[in-house]
Amino acid sequence: MASKPRIKVPKSASAGEVITIKTLISHEMESGQRKDKDGNPIPRQIINKFTCTFEGQMVFECDLDPAISANPYFEFNAKVPASGTFKFTWLDDDGSVYEAEAPIEVK
Amino acid sequence: MKLTRRNVLGLTAGAAAFAVAGARMSPALASAEDAEKMIMEFTGGATPGEGKVSLNTPEIAENGNTVPVSVTVESAMEGDDLVESVIIFADGNPNPAVATFHFTEMSGEALATTRIRLAKTQNVIAVAKMKDGSVFMDKKQVKVTIGGCGG
Repeated sequence: MASKPRIKVPKSASAGEVITIKTLISHEMESGQRKDKDGNPIPRQIINKFTCTFEGQMVFECDLDPAISANPYFEFNAKVPASGTFKFTWLDDDGSVYEAEAPIEVK
Repeated sequence: MKLTRRNVLGLTAGAAAFAVAGARMSPALASAEDAEKMIMEFTGGATPGEGKVSLNTPEIAENGNTVPVSVTVESAMEGDDLVESVIIFADGNPNPAVATFHFTEMSGEALATTRIRLAKTQNVIAVAKMKDGSVFMDKKQVKVTIGGCGG
């Protein structure tokens, strides 16, 4: 259902700097409100949770409801204490988990 | 009035029509009430105060399928001055819940941007819960030209 997520994280930052992260993942986000051409409701299938962690520490988390647009996009901030890796996960209603990583270097 | 067959038929038809109209009208109203209820659930019964939260939405959204929404909360994001979560509601959608953002000290700043669906012209509401339990709210009306919930 979902394709490879796209993430924008700066390559480097100074220690303690607050950076902006942007993420986008392709997903239908079927709301469960729509009907097919025979009038049967199309079952809901959305990404219901997005998380971002830095070296195991929670940075940002979002619970999504069907009112989030297709191809969910997020922009948020994160504090960078040291070099490390940001990990991102998206949880689908059908149980699949989509993952991505982005390293950052502190100069 | 005598209870003739004709009268009875007329009455039941009228009552049925009324019931249908009532059922048709209720979803839109229920949604605004649901939003109120969900806000109260989120805040634990506390009435949200003004300020601190600022919600950024377009005044007019041409396409209700994707409306950019951004929310920021004034906070040091350290110690007790920390935003724990921000919840977004759309009080005219079939289901008013839109998203809940959770922040931590690692967030650095309580800021989030996403894109949401709006079924029609309505209020978008953001409620922020701080670590000390206080709650703040902001509300913006968005005019929607084409609704975004499909048919």
